[in-house]
Amino acid sequence: MTQQGSYYYVPSASYWPLVGTLALLLLASGAVLWVNSYSLGPLVVTLGFAVLIFMLAGWFRTVIRESESGLYGQRVDASFRWAMSWFIFSEVMFFAAFFGTLFYARVLSVPDLASVDGQLLWPNFSAIWPNAGPGYKDRFSPMAAMGIPAINTLLLLSSGATLTWAHWGLLKSNRNQLRLGLILTIALGLLFISLQAHEYSHAYSEMNLKLTTGIYGTTFYMLTGFHGLHVTIGVTMLTVMLFRVLAGHFKPDHHFAFEAVAWYWHFVDVVWLLLFVVVYWI
Amino acid sequence: MQKSANGQAQTEAHGHRPEGLRRWLTTTNHKDIGTLYLWFSFTMFIVGGIMALIIRAELFQPGLQLIEPERYNQIVTLHGLIMVFGAIMPAFVGFANWMIPLQIGASDMAFGRLNNWSFWLLIPASLLLVTSLFVPGGAAGVGWTLYPPLSIQMGMGMDLAIFSVHILGISSILGSINIITTVLNLRAPGMTMLKMPMFAWTWLITAFLIIAVMPVFAGAVTMLLTDRHFGTSFFSAAGGGDPVLYQHVFWFFGHPEVYIVILPGFGIISHVIPAFSRKPLFGYTSMVYATASIAILSFFVWGHHMFTSGMPVAGQIFYMYATMLIAVPTGVKVFNWTATMWRGALTFETPMLFAIGFIFLFVMGGFSGLVLAMTAVDVQMHNTYYVVAHFHYTMVAGALFSAFAAVYYWLPKWTGHMYSEMLGKVHFWLTMIFFNMTFFVQHFLGLAGMPRRIPDYALQFADFNAISSIGAFGLGLSQLLFLYIVITCIKGGPKAEAKPWDGAEGLEWEVASPAPYHTWETQPVIK
Amino acid sequence: MTRQVRSVSVPHLAGLWALALLSKAADAAYALNFQEPATLIAKEIYNLNMWMMEICVTIFILVFGVMLYSIIRHRKSAGGKPALFHENTKIEILWTVIPIAILIAVAWPVTKTLLAMRDSSNADITIKVTGYQWKWGYDYLKGEGAGIKFMSILATPQAQLDGKAPREENYLLQVDNHMVVPVNKKVRILTTSNDVIHSWYVPALAIQQDAMPGFIRDAWFRADREGIFRGQCAQLCGKGHGYMPIVVEVVPEEKYAAWVAEQRKKMATGAEDQNKVWQLAELIQHGEAVYTKNCVACHQADGKGIPSVFPALDGSKIATGAKIGHIKTVLSGRPGTAMAAFGPQLSDTDIAAVITYERNAWSNKSGDAIQPSEVKAERR
Ligand code: HEA
Ligand code: HEA
Ligand code: HEC
Ligand code: CUA
Ligand SMILES: [Cu+2]
Repeated sequence: MTQQGSYYYVPSASYWPLVGTLALLLLASGAVLWVNSYSLGPLVVTLGFAVLIFMLAGWFRTVIRESESGLYGQRVDASFRWAMSWFIFSEVMFFAAFFGTLFYARVLSVPDLASVDGQLLWPNFSAIWPNAGPGYKDRFSPMAAMGIPAINTLLLLSSGATLTWAHWGLLKSNRNQLRLGLILTIALGLLFISLQAHEYSHAYSEMNLKLTTGIYGTTFYMLTGFHGLHVTIGVTMLTVMLFRVLAGHFKPDHHFAFEAVAWYWHFVDVVWLLLFVVVYWI
Repeated sequence: MQKSANGQAQTEAHGHRPEGLRRWLTTTNHKDIGTLYLWFSFTMFIVGGIMALIIRAELFQPGLQLIEPERYNQIVTLHGLIMVFGAIMPAFVGFANWMIPLQIGASDMAFGRLNNWSFWLLIPASLLLVTSLFVPGGAAGVGWTLYPPLSIQMGMGMDLAIFSVHILGISSILGSINIITTVLNLRAPGMTMLKMPMFAWTWLITAFLIIAVMPVFAGAVTMLLTDRHFGTSFFSAAGGGDPVLYQHVFWFFGHPEVYIVILPGFGIISHVIPAFSRKPLFGYTSMVYATASIAILSFFVWGHHMFTSGMPVAGQIFYMYATMLIAVPTGVKVFNWTATMWRGALTFETPMLFAIGFIFLFVMGGFSGLVLAMTAVDVQMHNTYYVVAHFHYTMVAGALFSAFAAVYYWLPKWTGHMYSEMLGKVHFWLTMIFFNMTFFVQHFLGLAGMPRRIPDYALQFADFNAISSIGAFGLGLSQLLFLYIVITCIKGGPKAEAKPWDGAEGLEWEVASPAPYHTWETQPVIK
Repeated sequence: MTRQVRSVSVPHLAGLWALALLSKAADAAYALNFQEPATLIAKEIYNLNMWMMEICVTIFILVFGVMLYSIIRHRKSAGGKPALFHENTKIEILWTVIPIAILIAVAWPVTKTLLAMRDSSNADITIKVTGYQWKWGYDYLKGEGAGIKFMSILATPQAQLDGKAPREENYLLQVDNHMVVPVNKKVRILTTSNDVIHSWYVPALAIQQDAMPGFIRDAWFRADREGIFRGQCAQLCGKGHGYMPIVVEVVPEEKYAAWVAEQRKKMATGAEDQNKVWQLAELIQHGEAVYTKNCVACHQADGKGIPSVFPALDGSKIATGAKIGHIKTVLSGRPGTAMAAFGPQLSDTDIAAVITYERNAWSNKSGDAIQPSEVKAERR
């Protein structure tokens, strides 16, 4: 490795961050316009999204090129490890806010609304979970744990296993195992997403369970929705990894990008397990 | 100090760095980025400060003179958000960028491009905030805490604030990841964790706090967004949600946030006091542990902002005790600084003046914090000017004073020139006097029951408000002097030596003044 | 009224240096401390605050005494030679343990007071207080006076707000209907809100309790002296946040009984009006009064509203279109906006009148007269 020449790699000036800034400016202002029903909104958001993709592609291409040309020594590798760990920690905290919300609704706010004092404002309201709040007059069916959610749990768990198997392949320089493992993982992830989409449309059309279905619908869709978004991002990153594998990237001792994606994928897995228990099951 | 066997850092080829605007737009150099952060911070300080002056002008006497009540609320909200997220936090990130690599012997921050992005993201974030004043309906007039359901009622300005918070969150999380990684991974050989400068330590812990709580804030405003536009029921009782839920989520972020705002300041003071006492910092290890304890405790005290929201009495008692406990590690710090000065050889250059002023006033702010922590008493003081006084003592006399101390302390290193000591002292004394004039009397207003966030008030509050407003204008004008001092120091002035303060310690003083564009390309070794 | 302040100690005196200096210099009108407590709990809080002040000032003097000593004696120009010590385990343990002990000494009495102030059981009178943007509604639920119900709105004349008339002593702290309670009776307050969070804050009674929309919170007080106690909404609730004062009038029992009787009578006469058929002019006149109290804050006196925030009623489609739409808007509001449902707040007569007014004021010249019965028909 080129470790001798340098103890650290400091990148030279780059326009990518600026492009990323532009992307977020467009996305944010477009979103503001959109939610306030300005017709320009969707257009600006789309533009922002395009710039974002352009930036991610360009920035990561630069990083990959630097990595493949051996500019990253062990120090840089260690930096990436720290950074990815802390990034995942920040994601954990983001989900924690929503899990905390679900906990709060079930243990505190809904029982409080049905308390003796609460009866003054909401007579005859009772605090059974699932609950859409005292002001919700329709009927809806809650999501059962068995069926699609249980299948999805199995899917995600096995995708974790196939990914680890792929990683073993990489470590043993068994490229076939690596490729096959990756492809299986991506397939399982895609299957998960489509089942989830099916579940949503079923809930909307047949169970009258919507985002607007009080606190139950709110927490259900926001938690599973953000999780689904993360699965989608994970699958995208896995696909990028697959292409890099096909292009011959990664060595048994130098493949942090692959590991980072694997960490991310396992994190998404664990979130799902928690979701399965607290959102669907109990 | 020896040359390291590790070889050099591979930095961009010398002489190839872009010049002019391109240099600043695309730079990956920690010093450039630090400079950008500092100028940005000062600009936002002026913007937020002018808003403060509008507030104070309106409150100069009873009646509405200047702005309509809804405008007043908007200005208060933006003042709070801009000062905290635009002025104070970026100032400390600026110091971190400039100084941490110098202090720990690293050639740069761990991720140069990411570092650049963290900075530039602040621009759209602040643009969204400031332009919200001019959109139909105006900015969010809900207080920097953005409490629903009021924030659900707001117009488009609220959405701008929400997305601004998202971008600020991304910026500060990425910045923090960078700082943590730099501190953990790029220290010079031999610099063990317990030999690390206090400023690096406090930032390490601050960065951890930021990564832990900014995502939660992002989550909270996301919930506001979906409640506003997509019919969710997080904060609406009819749907089974609860406005208090927002307060819990917000303050889970908000309380650690106030330590995010002060801990790097503690670090700075822990350099300045020993330097001008010519004596090593007393109780280095206990300083480290105290900082860590403050950070950990800060996760368990958020409920003290919600004592009147109607939580069960057991909750109130828990939060009260936990809050009071924070006085212990903070006390340890104060005592350590005092012991550092004890039997030193003290001189009183401007940084030292600001550091002493910091301790003096911050302790007063801490004490009023303790009074507020006593639940039964807080019920009388919550949402009054007593709270406003408390947090300006901690954030202006605390965070801002420590930032001034840092600027004066490191200015010679940045510019290669000495600033005018005489003017610096004048700046200190003016700031000190006007600060107290502005905020000391607010304690009395609060005790007498003047609520915060009101544009007009009962006659019994008139005198103190007038004093406070005059003080505020004095305080604001004094900052023009600061600007003048900094600019003249950049332009010229007596040449600064590599180590302009004879008592100062640390690697940053071993490189030339001004610090060359690239430093520690060969890592020093600490014995 | 004698205030039961603790005996004055030396650090206490020192601690009040600023207070003392200022209060000597200024005249007695300056308030440098809490408002005069009117309940036992408020007194305890007063004393707790003083006790904490004493402790803080003592520590302050000790710490800064030491620091000042070093500043004077250990300055370099006074020939100070730096010592080299940087650790001392004993003293570090000491200054960790002593503060803990002090904090325990503080926490104990606060906890006692806190437990007492949260115990709202066995109240003599229960009053539900509802926050509205921007006024308070009072419902006497239990005890003597149960059934009484009224709104309480800022009564400071607009001219004083605009600075066109000299401001009176209680500028911004006056309301049309006081909340009246008897002295020495335990009064339980239930707070709630109709729209956003408000907070019912009366300093002299040591109550500040947020009013949460959709939830009930409680607090209590037992005033130990008669008088008029004023407070303000303490939680930012929009543009009128500074203009929703609270006035509690504590009266002797006999006077309270008389007040109750009077209110009962008023409510009985108010109820009769329901079936009366009103003349257009009468409606407009009454409606203007209702409008000034309830609607001007947003829609403005000229009916032009505030662009992009509050719609104009002058020329609005609703106010010039079908009656039904107008009645419905006012009765049930517009959920998710600042336009509240006025159905629960105003009587049929008031609503009929205000709608009539809106349909005939400014450039709206429909000539419609809406009768209370029409409003009644639209309810539910
Ligand atoms: C830099 C920012 C900062 C800092 C450091 C602090 C520090 C503290 N704060 Fe403050 N606080 C704010 C910023 C800050 N605060 C803000 C912005 C708000 C309002 C937010 C809003 O509503 O908008 C607020 C509000 C606030 C409240 C809520 C008030 C209310 O709304 O009703 C409370 C209540 O407990 C509180 C308590 C404390 C305490 C106990 C500390 C402690 O950390 C202080 C500890 C320090 C000392 C105690 C002094 C030194 C110690 C010694 C010398 C040792 C010996 C001492 C003894 C044993 C007595 N703060
Ligand atoms: C670190 C953060 C920070 C800082 C530095 C400040 C600085 C100041 N703040 Fe503020 N403040 C907050 C954080 C901060 N504040 C927060 C979080 C709130 C709560 C918001 C809410 O309720 O939601 C608040 C609220 C707040 C209020 C209460 C408003 C209300 O409740 O109604 C007031 C009122 O006096 C006030 C005043 C001031 C003043 C006079 C200064 C001064 O120190 C400012 C001095 C600086 C300048 C004036 C700028 C520099 C000036 C020049 C370069 C000269 C050019 C100017 C001239 C034309 C003279 N602030
Ligand atoms: C707190 C502020 C506020 C108060 C007080 C208020 N309104 Fe409104 N009103 C609004 C807002 C905001 C809207 C716009 C709602 C929307 O966007 O659909 C509105 C809309 C209306 C409309 C419909 C106008 C249109 O053209 O769509 C009518 C009629 C109306 N209000 C009547 C009243 C009456 C009568 C009162 C007093 C009894 C009153 N309002 C008090 C805020 C207020
Ligand atoms: Cu109601 Cu503030
Ligand atoms: Cu706090």
